[in-house]
Amino acid sequence: MVGCGRVGSSLARSLADEGWEVVVVERREEALSRLGDDWRHPVVIGHGMDAHVLEEAGVEDADVLIAATDGDNTNLIIAQVATKRYGVENVAARIQDPARAEAYSDRGFEVISPVKMAIEGLASWALRAGTAS
Amino acid sequence: MFAIVVGGGKMGSNLTRTLVARDHEVVVVENKTARADVLEDEFGHRVVHGDGTELYVLELAGITRPPDIVVAVTGDDEDNMIIAQLAREKYGVAKVIARVNDPRNQVHFDLLGISPTVCPTQRIMALIEHEVPEHDLIHLLELRRENLEIIEVEVDPKCPCVGKAIEKIGLPAGAQLISRVREGKAELVDAGTTLNAGDQVIAILEPGREDEVRKVLLGR
Repeated sequence: MVGCGRVGSSLARSLADEGWEVVVVERREEALSRLGDDWRHPVVIGHGMDAHVLEEAGVEDADVLIAATDGDNTNLIIAQVATKRYGVENVAARIQDPARAEAYSDRGFEVISPVKMAIEGLASWALRAGTAS
Repeated sequence: MFAIVVGGGKMGSNLTRTLVARDHEVVVVENKTARADVLEDEFGHRVVHGDGTELYVLELAGITRPPDIVVAVTGDDEDNMIIAQLAREKYGVAKVIARVNDPRNQVHFDLLGISPTVCPTQRIMALIEHEVPEHDLIHLLELRRENLEIIEVEVDPKCPCVGKAIEKIGLPAGAQLISRVREGKAELVDAGTTLNAGDQVIAILEPGREDEVRKVLLGR
């Protein structure tokens, strides 16, 4: 899990609760407190674009890598590095900007755009609500 | 020529000024408001204020025409990589040049096929190596597109190659000697040229051959 913001930390906890082996990579040490006092899995402090940091986190053996830092471009680069350089089979990147999410939708990794989901969700709700009234 | 320069810092603004002075059509994209204002005072309508990694901003700058060249020189390597990828792969821009801020990110640029790149730190480091002879193998020039590099070595007195002709020293495939400087006099070499201790030799080789070449010419 690269990035320990609101999304990354919650996701890391959920996967750990499912019994997964999880390693969290985060640049800012203070952000790791989001994982809670009872976090028992490894963390690596460093930038997710730094190959040494990814390797220390065990990228070469990872089944899944999720790039969820607060930077769209950082996530896009990390996802491509994980896919192309380290051959991680399942890679996902969180991309806020719907246009960039679309531009990178077909590159061998999953692109998840929360903004696009919100737009789609709200649009379908509004259309349903408006039609019903 | 029509060029889009993304990033209006020192490098981007100097590039823009130089291109304008040579009568090229230029648009410079800058994200920071205060910086964009400064650029507008000098370059007027040639400035687009916005995040150059956003598609609509690139489109405002005219990327769909497409430009003859896009230059990605922001201070963030991830941004420069994304700009270069979008320009080439989404908009079909034929020539893209990207700046590498942190030399450790060069591998990512290479992995993504972004070329040519310019890394000022690496360039200055190469000049330092050239000026300060504590490095035994000096990188003079990297030809990324051609996948070759040119290096300089001073032949070590303890090396088994001393006194031998070049054809006998066992250079690996993928490496060739170009020239020899002996007592300030340079000459191009051929298979029969001999090497002495202290000769400065320039070689062209494929990246990754340094260790073999070091062994042959320095004996270590």
